Amino acid sequence: MHVLANPGKFLRIFGPLLPWLSLIALALIAVGLYAGLFLAPPDYQQGETVRIMYVHVPAAWMALFVYATVAAASAAGLIWHHSLAFVIAQAAVPIGATFTFLALVTGSFWGKPMWGAWWVWDGRLTSVLLLFFLYLGLMALPEAFDKRERGQRMTAILSVIGVVLLPIVKFSVDWWATLHQPASVLRFDGPTIHESQIWPLFVMAGGFAFYCFAVLLVRVKQQILETRLRRLQLASADA
Amino acid sequence: MALLLVRRDLSLAWRQRGQVLLSIAFFLLSASLFPFAIGPDPLLLGRLAPGILWVAALFAMVLSLERVFQPDYEDGSLEQLALSGLPLFLLVLAKALVNWLTGGLPVALASPLVALTFSLPAALYPVLLASLLLGSLCLSLMGCIGAALTLGARRAALLVPLLVLPLSVPVLILGVMAVQAEAVNLTARPYLLSMGALCLLLVPLTAFAAPAALRQALD
Repeated sequence: MHVLANPGKFLRIFGPLLPWLSLIALALIAVGLYAGLFLAPPDYQQGETVRIMYVHVPAAWMALFVYATVAAASAAGLIWHHSLAFVIAQAAVPIGATFTFLALVTGSFWGKPMWGAWWVWDGRLTSVLLLFFLYLGLMALPEAFDKRERGQRMTAILSVIGVVLLPIVKFSVDWWATLHQPASVLRFDGPTIHESQIWPLFVMAGGFAFYCFAVLLVRVKQQILETRLRRLQLASADA
Repeated sequence: MALLLVRRDLSLAWRQRGQVLLSIAFFLLSASLFPFAIGPDPLLLGRLAPGILWVAALFAMVLSLERVFQPDYEDGSLEQLALSGLPLFLLVLAKALVNWLTGGLPVALASPLVALTFSLPAALYPVLLASLLLGSLCLSLMGCIGAALTLGARRAALLVPLLVLPLSVPVLILGVMAVQAEAVNLTARPYLLSMGALCLLLVPLTAFAAPAALRQALD
């Protein structure tokens, strides 16, 4: 891991992966969407609307997964002073915010036909909304400091504190069982949805994950290059 | 040493009484906007009162958070305090206590006055007061984290609410539910106990997180 703390080495190792990551993401999302929209059977109660699930559920998984990544990278940065960790954390935040937003919007599209309302103040919805606000806070905080380093560290501390929200989001459906259905894939006694629905779901989740890696790589690369550019400009200004 | 700090901050707050009065005034004013907005029906207001009071109190308390470290940070005494050998977590807990005594406590004590105008049944005053006292203590603790994180930031006054208000939602839910449980003749005990537990949980969390942020700000 410490080898990767060198930005140049990081780019040399991961840079060439970018086209592959993008290709895999594209292929998985294409297959997942086709399977979800055409191959998987309609639900016996919800009919065709159940297909929103193939975007909604993976997006919600990614919202949590990206947050865990941000928090882990921030913790690594705070503990080991890993120089790229904060860059990775900061680059991942808008991606996580986007997935959270996608989960909220698709959920609302699904809620309208099924529950008869765009929005209800259910435990899961509210806790995901809080996660979205937390992401916004993580985006706003580093901007507010003149010293880049200080902003990064403050944001890292906030993102580590925010981890308490993850179990609340995950278990909100069990603690406040109102409208949102409880977990049906990741549960101790095995999934409760049919195989024909579960494989497109996992393919989509994989596609989203690879998409996330690809975008993360682009953003980290851009950050590294920007830093390098700024350093060069400063050096040439001195000379 | 920490007690000396509390005494110093309290006497400073006493010299600037206007600040405390200002947050009470803000609380009274923002709560009194609701009857204008939703109409003066006493039955409706009585039902909404716990929620309205809690939200108004929350806003008033969040506004006071900006003053926790900022004045000391600006005149350099925060650095002196950090160098004095006083452990930072004691400094933070002392600041949280002072913030509660000057922010949460006065607002909580003023709440029965507002409750009266909202025609909330008088039997509910004790539980309203208890929930606000406990809740404001929770808020002072988590607010210290937010205040420490935004120390030295631009537009800190806007950032603190953005960071603290989402975290304060559990406190808000528990506080309002305590009053509402009592209103329908159930016991508020479990909610008040949960708030107490949350408060205790926040003590080590604040003592751990806020000093980490302070160290960055004093760097």
